[in-house]
Amino acid sequence: MGVAVENTLIVARNLDYRFPSGTEALHGVDFSLSPGEFVSLVGPSGCGKSTLLRLVAGLLPVKPGALTIDGAAPASARGTEHRCGFVFQSPTLLPWRSVEANLTLPLELEGVPKTRSRETAADWLSRVGLSDFAKAYPAQLSGGMRMRVSIARALASRPQILLMDEPFAALDDLTRGRLQEELLALREREGFTTLFVTHNVSEAVFLSDRVLVLSARPGRVIGTVSIPFGPRRDPDLRGEPEFAHLVRSVTHLLREAGA
Amino acid sequence: MKKVLPLLPPIAFLLLFLALWQATVHLLHVPSFLVPSPLSVAVEAWNSRGDLLPASFTTLAGALAGFAAALAGGTAGALLFAQARWIRASLYPYAIFLQTVPIVAIAPLIVIWFGAGFPSIVLVSFVLSVFPVLSNGVEGMTRVDPQLLELFSLHNARPSQILFKLRLPHAVPYLVAGAKVASGLTVIGAIVGEFFAGYGATRPGLGYLILQSAGQLRTELLFACVGASTVLGLGVFLATGLVSHLVLARLDEPGSA
Repeated sequence: MGVAVENTLIVARNLDYRFPSGTEALHGVDFSLSPGEFVSLVGPSGCGKSTLLRLVAGLLPVKPGALTIDGAAPASARGTEHRCGFVFQSPTLLPWRSVEANLTLPLELEGVPKTRSRETAADWLSRVGLSDFAKAYPAQLSGGMRMRVSIARALASRPQILLMDEPFAALDDLTRGRLQEELLALREREGFTTLFVTHNVSEAVFLSDRVLVLSARPGRVIGTVSIPFGPRRDPDLRGEPEFAHLVRSVTHLLREAGA
Repeated sequence: MKKVLPLLPPIAFLLLFLALWQATVHLLHVPSFLVPSPLSVAVEAWNSRGDLLPASFTTLAGALAGFAAALAGGTAGALLFAQARWIRASLYPYAIFLQTVPIVAIAPLIVIWFGAGFPSIVLVSFVLSVFPVLSNGVEGMTRVDPQLLELFSLHNARPSQILFKLRLPHAVPYLVAGAKVASGLTVIGAIVGEFFAGYGATRPGLGYLILQSAGQLRTELLFACVGASTVLGLGVFLATGLVSHLVLARLDEPGSA
């Protein structure tokens, strides 16, 4: 914390946020993300993790200068190369659109020509292994498949930053593990920068380069744990003693945070 | 066979009811202008088919036009209401007026303003059936998942894109449910409209025929008119139900959205 990183993409400096109701959600948050980094946010319920993601996405107003993406205000990053993709807690697919039409939605909104957005959709469907389901409707997919579509939709407009708000919380353990591994592979191939909110400490350790621990509300960063495993990770890593040790240190910090 | 089975009890009950009715009227010698027997009603309906059938079609035309107006007007109103909270706050009380105003009080006014004839009948049917479409439509357009609204604004969606790519399609199941309620009301509206704004003897609808047969104490014909109105209402309701079933079948999603 407070250490100046030369090559930074997202920087929060003494970031505060108050809900319109007056409740203080975040107080004095400091962190920075380098391009390509995968950082997880963990913390007690209601500590403002999701709010922090929405601030980075430019969905909530932010004090000028307190939060920047490549030096600019978050909202101005939309439509530029520093745009954000957002994966929500639930897949949030439109039930009246086919899988393919759900994928093309962000491109359609941004005015990308139809033939090109359809090519992009087909490309992303194959990358998440759902090529056979292009014409299917969300109702016909399993929970894991819906989340894959949701991730592909977030990445289809080629964002440099991927924001994920507890995306795997509602999935069963087996599906969750598989999607974690797929996310790592996608990240290695595409090189996007990720800010990942989760309640699951072992998930945070398995995916991240760094885990930030937030305090109870009003949230601020009370600790950082670096995860030195490199970008390519074997599923068996979860059984290694070093992995267990890192999970324990994050859990320890969380306990201090009052979780 | 499985689909026919649930229809058997109500049909059996109807037959039993008609038989009891026929027997009671016959045994107690009830005068036919008071309560005619089902058989004499059926005979009268057959003999007056030259009046009854055209009247039914006239009423059906008014009801369907009123229904179409209610669907279009209700959806358009819901689109307007979905624009902003302040629009809803300022206009919703007046929409409720449509629901609570006694239609028999407003129908003569409509005739005074728009004259007797088809437009007034359609308008009465519209006033009676628009509210369920409007209120359901508003509900469907405003109860959109906030995360989807965030997704749309994240991709710089224009207000018109949010309206037509998110709010309107999301409201379709709600509008369909509203249409089902409205479909039952629309025939009633057309008949009430004809009471006050009927075409007169040149092109009578069921409403006019009901007034006429009541005035002449032709109770058999009156019963036949009631039967025809019921069949019309039921027909419009069932047809709407069938269409809604087809529309919703594709959108039916078990579990989360």
